Amino acid sequence: MELRDISADLAQVVEQASAERQPLVVVGGGTKGFYGRRVDGTALSVSGHRGITNYEATELVLSARAGTPLVEIESALAEHGQMLPFEPPRFGPTATLGGALACGLSGPARPYRGAARDFVLGTRVLNGRGESLRFGGEVMKNVAGYDVSRLMVGALGTLGIVLEASLKVLPRPAAEITLVRDEDPDAALTTMNALGGKPYPLTASAYDGERLYLRFSGARAAVDAAAARVGGERLSDADDWWRSVRDHTHPFFTGDAPLWRLSLPATAPLAEREGIGFVEWGGAQRWLRGERAAEAMWHQAQTVGGHATLYRGGDRTAGVFQPLPEAMAAIHRRLKRAFDPHGICNAHRLYAEW
Amino acid sequence: MTQANNDLPTADAPMGTADAAGRRASLASAFLRFLPPESVICAPEELRPYETDGLSAFRRVPLVVVLPDTIEQVQRVLAICREQQVPVVARGAGTGLSGGAMPLDNGVLLGLAKFNRILDIDPVRRIARVQPGVRNLAISEAASPHGLYYAPDPSSQIACTIGGNVAENSGGVHCLKYGLTVHNVLELKMVTIDGELLTFGGECLDAPGYDLLALMSGSEGMLGVIVEVTVKLLPRPEVAILQMAAFDDIANAGAAVGGIIAAGIIPAGLEMMDELAIRCTEDFAHCGYPVGAAAILLCELDGTQEEVDEQMQRVRAVMESSGATSVHIAADEAERQRLWKGRKSAFPATGRLAPDYYCMDGTIPRKRLPEVLQRMSEMSAQYSLPVANVFHAGDGNLHPLILFDSNRPGEWKKTEEFGARILELCVEVGGTITGEHGVGVEKINQMCVQFQPLELAQFHAVKAAFDGDGLLNPGKAVPTLQRCAEYGAMHVHHADAPWPDLERF
Repeated sequence: MELRDISADLAQVVEQASAERQPLVVVGGGTKGFYGRRVDGTALSVSGHRGITNYEATELVLSARAGTPLVEIESALAEHGQMLPFEPPRFGPTATLGGALACGLSGPARPYRGAARDFVLGTRVLNGRGESLRFGGEVMKNVAGYDVSRLMVGALGTLGIVLEASLKVLPRPAAEITLVRDEDPDAALTTMNALGGKPYPLTASAYDGERLYLRFSGARAAVDAAAARVGGERLSDADDWWRSVRDHTHPFFTGDAPLWRLSLPATAPLAEREGIGFVEWGGAQRWLRGERAAEAMWHQAQTVGGHATLYRGGDRTAGVFQPLPEAMAAIHRRLKRAFDPHGICNAHRLYAEW
Repeated sequence: MTQANNDLPTADAPMGTADAAGRRASLASAFLRFLPPESVICAPEELRPYETDGLSAFRRVPLVVVLPDTIEQVQRVLAICREQQVPVVARGAGTGLSGGAMPLDNGVLLGLAKFNRILDIDPVRRIARVQPGVRNLAISEAASPHGLYYAPDPSSQIACTIGGNVAENSGGVHCLKYGLTVHNVLELKMVTIDGELLTFGGECLDAPGYDLLALMSGSEGMLGVIVEVTVKLLPRPEVAILQMAAFDDIANAGAAVGGIIAAGIIPAGLEMMDELAIRCTEDFAHCGYPVGAAAILLCELDGTQEEVDEQMQRVRAVMESSGATSVHIAADEAERQRLWKGRKSAFPATGRLAPDYYCMDGTIPRKRLPEVLQRMSEMSAQYSLPVANVFHAGDGNLHPLILFDSNRPGEWKKTEEFGARILELCVEVGGTITGEHGVGVEKINQMCVQFQPLELAQFHAVKAAFDGDGLLNPGKAVPTLQRCAEYGAMHVHHADAPWPDLERF
């Protein structure tokens, strides 16, 4: 594995870009360029800044440079029977840790084990002035200073560039079973929510409009007992199936039609009018395909207490994320300026205005 | 605890008495326009109870205490503070251990005790929506009929409030498995210094824009005032069992912790206590701890019956192979509660050995434990102050308790310095100065050791994005660069003469 520290070079590029007011577009493995608004600027690749810098299996901590491929991290963890609990999607083999954190995306285990931000213990970041700053650390509990590390997760590189991150990792479960049952939409939603309130070792749930998929993980005996109590047919190629959902290679996600993501309260009724689409996260993450009016999607999501994102495809020069109320937008603008006063880091990728 | 008073950072120099009286009267009359007289406190004798939080070494009498009971009133209080450029400190139950809710003598203390209602417990959505003054334990009690509970359980959970928990990002004995406050809060309503009401997060699992919910957690009242909290409720585990192992060498206990985790097991709780802490606690709580052991480990496993049965055997094997001199499994729920009661009463129990104790809160990479304990014991000898250690072993969070007597001249100063050295040792081994109690006023100098000037400057810029005039809890959590420069200079002095005050005791 290649180990390289190019943070000094990166800092210099950002410092110069800041002085020249030259916008930069941060690129890692190049697998999530589709996400967020389309932006222009000089590409700044961080993929050369790579390597695992510290891994202590018994401390449950791994630190790696932003350009480290997720596959490299996950195989190092697998050697010690551990994993990244938030199951970051990998839309290609080159996907990096930095990209996973900048986009803040989490996989099927999200409602049960937590999100990308939940497992970030610390970061080293370059702010928009090219200053190299360290926040958090490599310990589980740390409340010294504002939690800038978690703030970076999902900020799409607009507050600066994550150079290195320390993550909490967890043991892989000894056993896993996925059950499949035919359910109608309302029953599927009810089942997912009911199981979430019971002490079963549930670690993923999805509904494709016809079948409900439930994954249980833990000790062999515990998983078998849960399967017996919950009932359903056992899925044989379960790992591949959940990976296809995580990485969007499942047939629902392929093709060119625009993909909308709705993040909703898990119990919000399924809107038949829009089609059921694909449901994950116990009902809290729902996917729809096809051309849809953005304003209508945002309005519909907001009405039930959620938000909508034009995740992939469609018009990426307009807004793709749910617009913010003005008071929140004002705080976002001021935070952006606090980290990146000249607006050079991934400008306009999150919202058109900045 | 000690009555000693300290030189503290405040936004402005304390005002003269005449100025203070004038400002107190003018503020009180502004507040009385929309608050009933019993909610505006400005008589000196009635202000006294508010002069300190759980860190009673630090005291200040505020200009005025206000106790609003509606969000609209909080908005108006903050708008007035903004207009009159008066600093304001929010306070929940006042149980914090870092002086985060210590009032400022030129400021308003905004008490949220009247915000004590549970607004909604929804068993299907598994959420609780509560006001910030609701006690931590009250949430789990209210959720209990539905088989649900709120996971973070700081030792003070019987008294501490959820608003304070969010402000400090509180932990507890179960956070290795179930996370800190930040992992268990879904939505916050917060009033800004401009008096504007904002909502962060929501009932869904993420929100558009920046993760301000995470930024608010642990922000120590520096960015806004929390007026409503929605938390996640979890299903009560089917079973929980507690094992207690005794060791004749604390390093073996440390090795057992690493061994349990290497075996792929994440216990619900994994606590360590050293010899002195065991002895004091057993004297106090009579919970059945093995007095004389160098260390004990309390390991709780929870989950389904099958999961716990399997893990219990493996944990026992690890304890034994790590050199445990005895391993005992709580026979029933009553014994499990009794063994936990000992741990949860460790602070007051240890406090009986001396007139005062001072609780530290550093976190270290667990593998450095033997070295850190060794160096703390050397320092303990140097300062002639005993230390008992209780330790959230699973996540590396140390709570050394320094025993002292504040009535002995100079002893508090010595204790404080000893504490500072412990925290700086935590930073040196790759840890942090605070795992769960917050920086407050207490650890403000150690922030200079943990962070570089550019990082502190970035923190100040974050604060300015919310509170441009610096009126919310000023002087806490993040030191000024000037203060760090002065602290750095003091350090050089210490290097020349390590314990300049010792001969005075």
